[in-house]
Amino acid sequence: MPDVIEKVAIKLTVNGKPHSLTVEPRMLLVELIREALDLTGTHVGCDTTYCGACTVLMNGAAVKSCTVFAVQADGSQITTVEGLEKDGQLHPIQKAFGDAYGLQCGYCTPGLMLSTAQLLSQNKQPSEKEMRKAIAGNTCRCTGYQNILKAIQMAAQSMKGA
Amino acid sequence: MYPRAFHYHRAGSLQEASAILSEFGDEAKLLAGGQSLIPLMKLRYANPNHLVDLNFISGTSYIIKEENGTLRFGALTRHAEIEHSTVAAKIPIIHDCAAGIADVQVRNRGTIGGSLAEADPSGDWATVLMTLETEVRCQKSKGDRWVRLADFIKDAYTTALARDELVSEVVVKIPPQGSGGAYLAFKRSAPVYPTASAAVQLTMDGEVCKDVAIALGCVGLTAIKAKDTEKALRGQQVTQKTMATAVEAARAVAEPQSDMRGSADYKRTLVGSLVKRAIDIAVRRARGERIEAGHIYA
Repeated sequence: MPDVIEKVAIKLTVNGKPHSLTVEPRMLLVELIREALDLTGTHVGCDTTYCGACTVLMNGAAVKSCTVFAVQADGSQITTVEGLEKDGQLHPIQKAFGDAYGLQCGYCTPGLMLSTAQLLSQNKQPSEKEMRKAIAGNTCRCTGYQNILKAIQMAAQSMKGA
Repeated sequence: MYPRAFHYHRAGSLQEASAILSEFGDEAKLLAGGQSLIPLMKLRYANPNHLVDLNFISGTSYIIKEENGTLRFGALTRHAEIEHSTVAAKIPIIHDCAAGIADVQVRNRGTIGGSLAEADPSGDWATVLMTLETEVRCQKSKGDRWVRLADFIKDAYTTALARDELVSEVVVKIPPQGSGGAYLAFKRSAPVYPTASAAVQLTMDGEVCKDVAIALGCVGLTAIKAKDTEKALRGQQVTQKTMATAVEAARAVAEPQSDMRGSADYKRTLVGSLVKRAIDIAVRRARGERIEAGHIYA
């Protein structure tokens, strides 16, 4: 066990807002988001790189924030579920998950919506197969995935012009 | 879950990372994509005193096609970059692998160099690259050396890397015209390692299989080169009879262990079926058919 661990100064942008923090090297990105920034929409599920509840976007790419150290996010742009809505208006993906009943307990939902955000940023009209592949790293234990797929399709439709 | 506290080093170059490794020896670990190492540290199976972060080194992520007919992969090239690369798609078996490792989130972080250096018996890359002519560049603070993949992977979680060496590049020879390959891996769900996998790369001359390389994954302490399976096909027409002999030889050479993914018997049967299907797809791809292959999961 090392005696004195030097903390590391990092800068990152979360949901468009710049932050400068000093963190212990072992702090996980999800802890930084939830504990240091108090953005509790990002959930911790399995904590072992399986369930995807902690999914956020790091420079536009979906990552499991329980499997990235906060120091690795130095200089990054992070988007959490709180960053999806704009000016009090729900993001089309959020609206679609509500309208299509793509959730029950909601625990997996923020992660699913951010995986959807990465998918739709790269592929405006995904096939069902592509949608299934895009959310294969997000586990839902209540609804089954049918309504989630409907929600993604609905979101793709409403974002078509965007 | 928190790992044990550690000192963090952000390497500015691969040479610097090697120098830190020689300074701290077994107390140091390299952090590439972290998709295996970070969970292991959180579970406290791995407790490095010093963590050397490679992610801020520029120029370590690339896929380049060379004039001499090789593809060069930077050690920190993410699986997702390989999945979406039109250059890498020139070798379909590589795309099969890259596009199905774990899930989107893990592919966005995990790296080809990290996967080979970890040498997990269930890792995908070693199995696939074993069927191609692959060399691994091992970097030190001063100088480097090239190691054939077959010599690089020594045992489960054990490579030919010296204490102060790290993987800097992976170079793969592009198979010739008329060659086809396929990688099939069966897994219970996306994020987990496969239960068994099979990689086949073969070159057809009309109806005859001129040359073939076959490797089995997850059914031994390392990826297994299925030499008797290759022998059953090399110089032969791919008929039901030669196929049956080939599959039997693959089952025989597998050394699976019973675990939560299945019993040894189950895995032996499974790997035989995967070899059979991978040979079939490889032959059809060698003839120019476009067929999807890769990881199979529910």
